[in-house]
Amino acid sequence: MADRQTIDARGAFCPGPLMELIAALKLAQLGDEVEVLSSDKGSVTDIPAWVNKVGHTYVGTVEHDGYWSVVIKKAK
Amino acid sequence: MSKTVLIVGGGLAGTIVANGLCRQLGNELRSGAVNITMLGTTETHMYQPGLLYIPFGRMREQELYRDQRRVLDRRINFFVDPAKHIDVEKNQVTTNGGRTFRYDYLVLATGSRIMPQNIPGMKEAGHWFYDIEGARKLRDALGSFQGGKIVVNVNAPHKCPVAPLEVTFMLYEHLKAKGLWDKTELTYTYPIGRLHALEPVAHWAKPEMDRLGIKYETFFNTESVDPASKTIKSMEGVELPFDLLITIPPHQGQQVIEDSGLGKGGWVPTNTKTLHRDGSTNVFVVGDTTNIPISKAGSTAHFEADVLIDNLSTLIQEGCMARDYDGKVFCFIETGLSSGTYVWFNYTTPPNPGPPSQMVHWFKLAYNRLYWLSARGLL
Ligand SMILES: Cc1cc2nc3c(=O)[nH]c(=O)nc-3n(C[C@H](O)[C@H](O)[C@H](O)COP(=O)(O)OP(=O)(O)OC[C@H]3O[C@@H](n4cnc5c(N)ncnc54)[C@H](O)[C@@H]3O)c2cc1C
Repeated sequence: MADRQTIDARGAFCPGPLMELIAALKLAQLGDEVEVLSSDKGSVTDIPAWVNKVGHTYVGTVEHDGYWSVVIKKAK
Repeated sequence: MSKTVLIVGGGLAGTIVANGLCRQLGNELRSGAVNITMLGTTETHMYQPGLLYIPFGRMREQELYRDQRRVLDRRINFFVDPAKHIDVEKNQVTTNGGRTFRYDYLVLATGSRIMPQNIPGMKEAGHWFYDIEGARKLRDALGSFQGGKIVVNVNAPHKCPVAPLEVTFMLYEHLKAKGLWDKTELTYTYPIGRLHALEPVAHWAKPEMDRLGIKYETFFNTESVDPASKTIKSMEGVELPFDLLITIPPHQGQQVIEDSGLGKGGWVPTNTKTLHRDGSTNVFVVGDTTNIPISKAGSTAHFEADVLIDNLSTLIQEGCMARDYDGKVFCFIETGLSSGTYVWFNYTTPPNPGPPSQMVHWFKLAYNRLYWLSARGLL
């Protein structure tokens, strides 16, 4: 069964949302989804750009009040 | 009945917590109302930040170690007997030695470890300084290095966010002093799109590297290392040749955490403010082994430990918690062999490092000695 986990990286200055995602993906199984909550607007472009570059699947982004939820799926 | 506080892990966080509790619970320890037990893996306590200096001959191995029983308050029952299974339902921990320890309050402080074996070829072809064997091997490799391509390769997640930059700038000065810089090409790789996770540190590092002629490759997440062709390849599709590969391998928490079902990769889901293990009211997590999305660093461990000492002693004495952890992290950063800077931040305050100075470098060197006072809880 594919899993879904949420990383709450809001206000995380170091290592930050993308680095947390990279770390989480290393432990995830193929098909698992990871949701990253980020208060850094940069994540909205950074995360999908990186995910596409390395061949995972970008699922989507939802804007909330003061933060974004970016969801990706482990594809390799 | 006496209440037992059991601390698993006698590194920085566990030691500060244990000594701090002794300070706050003097009466309870004297009357026997409380007892404190610690489980560790060795008789010695290592000052890990000192490992950075070993390859450069700037610290001697024996300076890194102290007898753990002398660092700990004498009132702590210390066992060199690693935890094998942690049962948070039954409130007990069993050990490699076959003992069972019951607890009223449990502190998980087992830290993190390097996992070069998780990347094909890295263990065979890589050098590192994150453990003593690695630091020794790197010292030898640097000693015989006569020029060529060096790659400093950073992988996520890893503890001590600044050590990779520090080793890079220290390498530059070391090679310059040995007259080898002109024969060397040094490339620094980093997992995300800038040179450091902390934006202001990245902004400072880029012009510094440009000025010194240090190359860099961002968005570099290691896929594999080929020991035969001496190349390292990223998931992003970049391949770099090397004569000497210095890597900060990816980290995980300890096996016992995974084996006990307490967290994937050995990272324990932890409340960011109270430091409770998610789902427990009598289990606390401190230091590198939490899954809190902040830097895995000694200073983080220290600030968390201070909060935990207040909370645990207030819980025992008054039945309530004292205060929240605010996410504070403080890091000294060596910007060369003779200058340094520092940076701090918390959950709500962004980082803002000052300009590098010789004075801050001296502070860091002083801290290398003062560490033992802070582990004892005197600083
Ligand atoms: C090269 C290097 C440079 C660094 N530089 C800095 C720096 O400049 N500034 C900074 O803030 N931080 C620095 N750090 C990071 C810092 O050392 C760690 O973040 C800090 O030690 C974390 O404390 P901890 O107590 O969580 O883990 P540790 O100090 O690693 O302690 C964990 C302890 O748990 C024990 N343990 C493991 N498994 C078991 C088990 N099954 N049973 C019982 N015990 C167990 C281990 O033996 C160990 O003693 C550096 C680290 C390295 C490697």
